[in-house]
Amino acid sequence: MARLTIKGVSKSFGTGFAVNDVSLDVEDGELVCLLGPSGSGKSTLLRMIGGFERPSAGEILIDAKDVTRLPPERRPTGMVFQSHALWTHWNVFDNIAFGLRLRRRPRAEIRERVEQALAMVGLADYGQRMTTQLSGGQQQRVALARSLVLEPKILLLDEPFASLDQHLRERLREEVKDIQSRLGITTLFVTHGQDEALALADRIVVMRDGVMEQVAPPDVIYRAPRTEFVASFIGSMNFIRVTVEEGIGRHEDLTLPVPVADGPAVLGIRPEALSLTPSERPRAGRVHRSIDFGTHKLVDIDLLDGTRMKAMMPPETQVPRGLRVELGVSAFHVFRDGAQVYQAGARGSETERRVSHA
Amino acid sequence: MSAIPHRPVSSAAPRIAKPFDWAGLVFAILLTLVIAVPLLVVATWAFTEVWRYPSLVPQKFGLRFWSQTLSRADVWEALFLSLRLTAVVTALSAVICLPAAYAFARLKFPGRNLLFLSFLASHAFPKFGLLVAIAGIFLHLGLISTFWGVVLIQLVGTLMLMIWVPVAAFQAVDRRMEEAARDAGAGPLRVFWSITLPQAGPTIAAAVLLTFVGTFYETEGAWLIGAPQVRTMPVLMISFINNQLVVQYGAVLSVMLWLPSFLALIFARRIVGTGAFARGFGA
Repeated sequence: MARLTIKGVSKSFGTGFAVNDVSLDVEDGELVCLLGPSGSGKSTLLRMIGGFERPSAGEILIDAKDVTRLPPERRPTGMVFQSHALWTHWNVFDNIAFGLRLRRRPRAEIRERVEQALAMVGLADYGQRMTTQLSGGQQQRVALARSLVLEPKILLLDEPFASLDQHLRERLREEVKDIQSRLGITTLFVTHGQDEALALADRIVVMRDGVMEQVAPPDVIYRAPRTEFVASFIGSMNFIRVTVEEGIGRHEDLTLPVPVADGPAVLGIRPEALSLTPSERPRAGRVHRSIDFGTHKLVDIDLLDGTRMKAMMPPETQVPRGLRVELGVSAFHVFRDGAQVYQAGARGSETERRVSHA
Repeated sequence: MSAIPHRPVSSAAPRIAKPFDWAGLVFAILLTLVIAVPLLVVATWAFTEVWRYPSLVPQKFGLRFWSQTLSRADVWEALFLSLRLTAVVTALSAVICLPAAYAFARLKFPGRNLLFLSFLASHAFPKFGLLVAIAGIFLHLGLISTFWGVVLIQLVGTLMLMIWVPVAAFQAVDRRMEEAARDAGAGPLRVFWSITLPQAGPTIAAAVLLTFVGTFYETEGAWLIGAPQVRTMPVLMISFINNQLVVQYGAVLSVMLWLPSFLALIFARRIVGTGAFARGFGA
């Protein structure tokens, strides 16, 4: 149906770059999440695709057609805003019908298509309500229907569920995923919630300071982060400074084979890759606290150099506060100057994918 | 058993819920007296034929002065002139000020703040001095004693209200709403017409209405520029009161002049929801 190609797009505001030389290909029917902290440029990138900001450099192509200089009304994109931006002076029906009326569709066709769109988002009998009479979740559904009814080639979602509560957010994102895969519509989804990105995306684009840090499917992002930033942003990750000498990384509590050049490095260890064994060593780390999540326990360990480590343990584990423990590591990443230089241990099927509770 | 703990609660509740506001009542009555008594006196005068001191009520009621006033051609001329004048001024003011207000609210251009403040400037000087200066200019341009001369002078008086209130109203419109309309396929003009204007509508309607009423009663400019050829209702009323010692003529005219503002206020209450003004001013 539609392919989106972004070629070397930048956006500068005054002195700095909001988006700096981003290139990305989104395949037909793919759902790509733009993930990053606030100020990372993800929303600016989305708004450039929608036509609300003009790139300082680069090109945006939809189905090989250059749309870089087109205004929003002439682009085949549909945007859902975080604030839903429904037109409060009209009822739900008129909100959804507006775009069709602009296209001068016959009255009967408009009625039929609006009703289909409302049914699709589960609001079949809500056409005559005023938008202000709806709950937050319903308003966001109407906003989604308003975009989908125009059958855009590219659907753009700008943190659509950020203002909703946790349960509603999870339900709506499942619905969006269902609708998206049913319609096969090419979708870009901006979020700063990693769980949202992991749950929805075919591919995740992790952004930081206007630059793409990594573009990969969720499992790859989680298991093979290319940079220290990606590793820290997706899931929770313990970082520990080591000194590498002759292929061995040394820390007071850990000694691991690290086949990289000598010098300082940062080890990244997922909580689920840590194991604990009681220790008699006086300088061993101590258990600070243990939180029971039902499915697992998350244990905080304070090392003597002040590093705090988190370990994920089976729920039946008994780890009293103050217990001295040795750390066991089944998988780890090695970073130097922010980039991953080595990775060892469990990959793929060996580790269950877990979403952080931190 | 269960009735016992209920009793003190139910007897205590009303005492807490409704402490009677005596001070408020006194203020309300005083305010009503101050506003209503002069109105009542004028209204009474309009329907009075004989009312001599020291009687509290008129000796003779009647409609004699109504028929005398209404049979005068100059009264009707003045009324229709006033309506025409006010309609033209309000419409022109809207056509000029609303797009300007939108520009002030949404666009950034050099000198924006200075220009914006300049609309306040015409209200920062003693008005009569400003009017005399303008009258001097109009005399050169041959605008004195003409319809369009009065239109111009009254237009100046409407600028501040018609710029400042709509600017605030437009600024209060969520930009995302406008962007969503662009996204749906509407061009900038269509967005303004279909989204921005209706969203800012109640506040702007209130501004237009106030401009209409304010212009209808505007006297100084109309008198200074318009006299003697162009005589609006308020100007006529003043000349009645100044030239003739019959109180009733003035009273009848002022009761007649209530009518448009009264209708305007009823209309305002219907279309302008409460709080539209507060919203317009950013509350």
